[in-house]
Amino acid sequence: MSDSTVVQEQSIDTQDAGRSNGAMLQIRDLRVWFELRRFGFGRAGSVRAVDGVTFDLAHGEAIAIVGESGCGKSTLMKTILGLYQPTDGEVAYEGSAVGKLGSLGLKQYRSKIGYVQQDPFGALPPFMSVRAILEEPLAINNVPARERGERIEKAMVEVKLTPVEDFLGKFPHMLSGGQQQRVVIARAMILQPGLIVADEPVSMLDASVRVEILKLLRALQASHDLAVIYITHDLSTVRYFSERIFVMYAGKLVEKAPVLSLLRNPEHPYTHALLAASVDPDARNASSLREVPPGEPPSLVRPPSGCRFHPRCPHRIEGLCAEEEPPEFESRPGHQTACWLYR
Amino acid sequence: MSRLKRIFQQISRYPSAMLGLAVIALLLGIAIYTMVTIPYSEAIRLWRGGEAVWGEYPRTAKPVWTDWLTRDRLPRSIVLDSRTSPAVEKTAQGDPEASHRQTLTFTFDYPYEGFPQELVIFMEGSYAERRPHASLTWITPDGREIRMGEMAVRSAETYRPGQDSRLQRRLRGDSAEIGLFRDPEAETRTAIKGTYQMVLDVDLFEPEADVEAKLVVHGQVHGLAGTDHRRRDLTVALLWGTPVALAFGLLAALGSTLTTMIIAATGVWMGGWVDSVIQRVTEVNMILPFLPILIMIGTLYTRSIWVILSVVILLSIFGSAIKTYRAIFIQVRESPYIEAARAYGASNGRIIFKYMIPRIIPMIIPGLVVSIPTFVFLEASLAILGLGDPVLPTWGKLIDDARSNGALFQGYYYWMLQPFFMLMLTGLGFATLGFALDRIFNPRLRGL
Repeated sequence: MSDSTVVQEQSIDTQDAGRSNGAMLQIRDLRVWFELRRFGFGRAGSVRAVDGVTFDLAHGEAIAIVGESGCGKSTLMKTILGLYQPTDGEVAYEGSAVGKLGSLGLKQYRSKIGYVQQDPFGALPPFMSVRAILEEPLAINNVPARERGERIEKAMVEVKLTPVEDFLGKFPHMLSGGQQQRVVIARAMILQPGLIVADEPVSMLDASVRVEILKLLRALQASHDLAVIYITHDLSTVRYFSERIFVMYAGKLVEKAPVLSLLRNPEHPYTHALLAASVDPDARNASSLREVPPGEPPSLVRPPSGCRFHPRCPHRIEGLCAEEEPPEFESRPGHQTACWLYR
Repeated sequence: MSRLKRIFQQISRYPSAMLGLAVIALLLGIAIYTMVTIPYSEAIRLWRGGEAVWGEYPRTAKPVWTDWLTRDRLPRSIVLDSRTSPAVEKTAQGDPEASHRQTLTFTFDYPYEGFPQELVIFMEGSYAERRPHASLTWITPDGREIRMGEMAVRSAETYRPGQDSRLQRRLRGDSAEIGLFRDPEAETRTAIKGTYQMVLDVDLFEPEADVEAKLVVHGQVHGLAGTDHRRRDLTVALLWGTPVALAFGLLAALGSTLTTMIIAATGVWMGGWVDSVIQRVTEVNMILPFLPILIMIGTLYTRSIWVILSVVILLSIFGSAIKTYRAIFIQVRESPYIEAARAYGASNGRIIFKYMIPRIIPMIIPGLVVSIPTFVFLEASLAILGLGDPVLPTWGKLIDDARSNGALFQGYYYWMLQPFFMLMLTGLGFATLGFALDRIFNPRLRGL
């Protein structure tokens, strides 16, 4: 454990932690394609939701994956959770490939990953009390009945749903959005996972509650040495707790970098565009128009040849970007960008 | 538990729902009372027993409560048995070792203006070789003595004065039921109220010989529900029809709804070929003719109500409800909480039974409650088509009996209207409750 923490600290400014052997989660050239069918059986191509994603995640490391809607970040996350089968490539947890696990192994694997969803109300079964909701993962993973009460209480204290007795009997519709999200986090934490996957956990909450929830996640991450994959389209919340940011575009990771490096020196033209589009409450900017990339996100069924961003890219290199797919270039240590500008 | 309480509180706000609950409680009460007081075997005996059981009952007699609609009280049945009734006096004359004479005097009050429906005298003689000889005399309250008839008494002898044409001649053309009770002075036909006597003189020719007799004066009304053409007490059928109808309705509604729901949820969740098979089976089953299949089974195989019930459930499992539930489950399947459940390792079975089905149970409860009486009516319809259970008395069987014996044509309205009333009461109770439940459950589910 201490090894990986060291690696993780290094990763923030100098080294790429993913290349070390201490990685908890290794994702290699992952592809998740959904087949389109015509008239029920004819094949009409595939939606390439995730198309060649590679990264490593160390113990206790928090990463953020940003990208616009439809770029494949949710598919990537669900594949990591084991909800989708990879078409190609592999997801390996602690060295063993998830695709090769049997049903029992998959169940164990799923119990090691907590899942925090976007819509806290939808994420909680409306007909179950808080107690029943938190008991479900324990019951499914064969935790003896006498231990469950204690663990439920502990998880609720951790997410600050206190006094515990007041909440146990309540149904989701009786809780506020922030409380609901705390129940969701408690449910994700109750099996003591090593990794939490949070899919836009605060996008549906009030601004006042967001920071609290993010701080709570950050505190849990620190106290439990949790790895966190934080998926968002909102760059303004990223700096609260992630160490690295991955920018995703049309099924690919186009830029991987430590938070500060990416926010201060964004490299990929798409990252520039994202940063330019992010909300800035400064009153002086209210009247100035922002420069956003023209055009629409590309079709994932027939993605553009070469670099997928090239039809919208202001810095397109004729004869290169449209022809060849850019590999990852490491312009600075730990900062990798898949763009021909940095070759 | 607190949820149930909340639902009940909401129900109590709807008077119609409270009415429905009260009706259902009443029906349940009747059903339980019936099962406790008239056990199944006893009910079958009362309904199928034969003349021995219902011989003392009048034929197609109205229910007692029809009295409330008429000015005079209608005659009740009077039964006097020489073995049990203290109103029968038995005296003997002569030497008991040789031929001697026995006199049985039947005394009873007749306080009605109307005439009885029928008179029957059952006699039982015990003798070795020579049959006892009986002669009957009728004594009216005003002291007239009317000779009724004479006969040799065999071991079982039935004398029906109404069929004695000589007696009818003696009564100046009136049949015995009228002539023996009529006031000869009166202009109109009215019975004399007072104490009547029937004297049965028996000559016995052997020392050990003996005669016992039973006088039955059949009234015009009988019991709470009247009797049918075979003198059976309709109360038994109406009472026993209640648990049968409730059981049929509840089992059919619950059985078909629950299995349909489970199959629909399984199909939606598993998808692929499982879903395809379920959908195709449903589509084929939906075009199969429901009633003709039941008629075929009833005609060729068995008419047992429980077999018919199972077939009804089987045929409605893959009914159109599967399509409705499927549409709802497809929505439920996409809920984030189900994705979360998969993420923490819930098995397929657990997701279907603990996450999908509970979600739509509130939605289907009103429909379930409303569908109970439709199955009760189905059972009645089958009985009217002649496919009723051959053993059990049910409401539908009563209507069938009444119809085939021309009850409405002959004015026996009670016979047909009483089972109708019970059916309508059942429909009313479940429908009002179901509609109120619909109003309670549905606003909450708009957000689904």
